Amino acid sequence: MSAAMVSAVGQLVALPFVLPVMVAGVLLALGDQRRARACRTLSIVSCAGLLACSGLLLGWSAGDAPAVYAMGNWPAPFGIVFVLDRLSALMLAVTAVLGLACAWYSLGGWDSRGRHFHALLQLQLAGLNGAFLTGDLFNLFVCFELLLIASYGLMLHGGGVERLRATFHYVVYNLVASSVFLIAAGLLYGMTGTLNLADLAIEVAAAPAEDAALLRSAGLLLAVVFAVKAAVLPLAFWLQGGYDSASPPVACLFAVMTKLGVYSMIRVFTVVFGANAGGASDLAQPWWLPAGIATLLFAAIAAASARSLGALAAQLVAVSAGTLLIAVGTGTAQGLGAALLYLLHASLAGALLFLVCGEVVASRPGAGARLAPGPRIGEWRTGLAFLFAALAAAGLPPLSGFVAKLGVLRAALEAAGAAAAWIALLGSTLVAVIALARAGSILFWRPAATRSGPSEPPSRCSRSQPSR
Amino acid sequence: MELLVASGIGILFGTGVYLLLRARTFPVMLGLTFISYAVNVFIFAMGRLASGVPPLLREGPELHADPLPQALVLTAIVISFAMTALVLALAVALNAATGSDHVDGRPEGPRS
Repeated sequence: MSAAMVSAVGQLVALPFVLPVMVAGVLLALGDQRRARACRTLSIVSCAGLLACSGLLLGWSAGDAPAVYAMGNWPAPFGIVFVLDRLSALMLAVTAVLGLACAWYSLGGWDSRGRHFHALLQLQLAGLNGAFLTGDLFNLFVCFELLLIASYGLMLHGGGVERLRATFHYVVYNLVASSVFLIAAGLLYGMTGTLNLADLAIEVAAAPAEDAALLRSAGLLLAVVFAVKAAVLPLAFWLQGGYDSASPPVACLFAVMTKLGVYSMIRVFTVVFGANAGGASDLAQPWWLPAGIATLLFAAIAAASARSLGALAAQLVAVSAGTLLIAVGTGTAQGLGAALLYLLHASLAGALLFLVCGEVVASRPGAGARLAPGPRIGEWRTGLAFLFAALAAAGLPPLSGFVAKLGVLRAALEAAGAAAAWIALLGSTLVAVIALARAGSILFWRPAATRSGPSEPPSRCSRSQPSR
Repeated sequence: MELLVASGIGILFGTGVYLLLRARTFPVMLGLTFISYAVNVFIFAMGRLASGVPPLLREGPELHADPLPQALVLTAIVISFAMTALVLALAVALNAATGSDHVDGRPEGPRS
């Protein structure tokens, strides 16, 4: 917050938000019908720029105290601030990697199956980056809305009835969640007179005892909103339809959206409603572990019964959300560390699995991602990529997911419900391995010998006719 | 005034939730609109209810209207307006694609 922070490199903190917004404006002005080449180049350059910028910020944030960027130099409780610490820099880097992967993969033809793909992609990246950077609760709401508005467009990308239906449900669900967010933010403002997260922490800790009930209600409403974003069990039913029907590059980017929910939980419930928050201390802590266990068990059952690779990948995203909640629910520094490593790993693994799903759909005309014998997948690299993605998604030894899951298990050992957490973690891993092995053997080793066409309608992933 | 505003918010929200749980797209959209109205009035009330206080800082009066909830409400109104338009467009497209106004696109729902 000092003047020394606002140096040349300090200005860089705002860039991950400002750059994609500006590029999106230029892309909309260019129009992707006539100048498709220019749009593609600009989008890729912007994503690469974001990656370079987030790499710089990651290196820069490594040792320092949090860097604060005050919009228009208004001091913190009055103006809007961006706060960069190691966690937000890490999330920026993950988002930038996924953004570049999404933009690059879409060049294979997905971006021309609807209009304004790249502009929406940049707006989504701006929303994600803003949500990771912001130090202000209302600004968090605005960034959520920005990324959601872009995600509605992206989810519809490619057209088709199935996408339309899934998007309608997704939009209504998220609008209700946004209303709950606004109520919580309004309540917190009414009680404390501030929406800056750091300021809120001070005000909540100093609040008189008679305000505690309202503050706790506001905090738990926020927990509900973040649980919707993170796809935690009673609020997770939007996940499968949305992720399964979205086009592969979009689903790849969406893999980080559930992680945004977990990030916001970690951020708000350690900073504002943490251990020192007076009458509202450790507010949501008792809920994370049971919610995580329930999410894991439900997602594992749903993964085992998935009928298409897309649905399986969507449920594995829910499995990772449950694992993260258990790690956060342990409430220890060790658990939080394991959660952050797993967050990093699971975002990339989930994204990779969705991209592999896109390749599988492309090489199985007529059968799509449905888990049934279909045309032979000739490309050996698709199989290898699936093996790699499956190992990563299940968290098996050679890859980093194993270390992260081991860390979660060790942290859960000291938690209150250790036995249930261990059963859920190990059981869901086992089920994920079985489901992925089953999917892989059906898709890659059991080509249909005689059938010329499928008797059932193909999976949602494959119904992606261009529609203008 | 407190009772009036509080029960107004409650009735708006209750109506919104009831309509939201209908299985047709148009009532769902109306429900969302009611909920966003309720939320807007709620945020406005969080700046404390007072009548006849000046909106700008001036010499003299002790009490001033809180400008921040008004700014928040303005943002929320813009967002909910755009979202209503989007939901409406989606509902029309869904109706055109499935020939039904059921939220799941089913031809005939169990009841509306």
